[in-house]
Amino acid sequence: MPLLSRLYIRTAALYFLAGFTAGASMLAHKGVFLHPLMWRLLPLHIEFLLFGWTFQFALGVAFWILPRFEGGASRGPEAPVWLAYVLLNMGVLLVATAGLQGDAPMLTLVGRACEALAVVSFAFNAWPRVKPFRVGAHDGLV
Amino acid sequence: MPPVTRWFIKSGLLYFIAAMGVGLLLVVPSSVALPAPIRAMTPTYFHMLMVGWVTQLIFGVAFWMFPAVGRGAQKRGDERPVYASFWLLNAGLALRVLAEPLNTTSPGGVWGWLLVVSAILQWLAALAYVIHIWPRVRDTKKPRRLEK
Repeated sequence: MPLLSRLYIRTAALYFLAGFTAGASMLAHKGVFLHPLMWRLLPLHIEFLLFGWTFQFALGVAFWILPRFEGGASRGPEAPVWLAYVLLNMGVLLVATAGLQGDAPMLTLVGRACEALAVVSFAFNAWPRVKPFRVGAHDGLV
Repeated sequence: MPPVTRWFIKSGLLYFIAAMGVGLLLVVPSSVALPAPIRAMTPTYFHMLMVGWVTQLIFGVAFWMFPAVGRGAQKRGDERPVYASFWLLNAGLALRVLAEPLNTTSPGGVWGWLLVVSAILQWLAALAYVIHIWPRVRDTKKPRRLEK
């Protein structure tokens, strides 16, 4: 498993634990009152578990298992995947922070823009790899 | 496919089917009389899909496909946390499916405390699974730590 996949998947696992901790706290609070501001965790819970965990995990696994190219950098250029990692995690943290603050539409907008750019950046690497096995990089772009 | 993977995926499929059924009930017109707890199942519905189906599918497939850390019967490392995770997650989620709608229509009391138990069980399931999978997210070019 390549370094980038390990990074994506381990970061996803950390979001998973953090997101589940927030979710478990809110679920317990639903049953027995714990704190008046507990529901502020809801946007963070959703963001961490959808983008931080599920999507990031899927990207990490995709980078690992999508068909490789013969010769050279077998998984294609890594720079867009690094950029996607940074942008995605910046986006998740910004959107989650905006949710904690209650009403921060600009922060949410910037966060969502980071996440959108992360997906585009990741697609630069993944698109040509969605190809039959034993086909060169150029053929995969068709 | 190892046994606990089959358990995760089959349990996930059952939750998927059940969630789709609940989803149908949630869009039944309000003119049709349905028990109040059924109408209160929206959060339960999402969690049946995301925890019951998506998370269990990921857990099962990752346990099956992620790099080995040992050899032979021990190739996937210590499997006990994964079995614990399966039972904790399913017990916790089943408890939620039962208690959450009833707590919404009759807040407090036993249903509220069952939600606390459900939260703890599901959180422990997440922790147990991460404890297992963390060392398996590894560089396959490096030698295995548990090599015999």
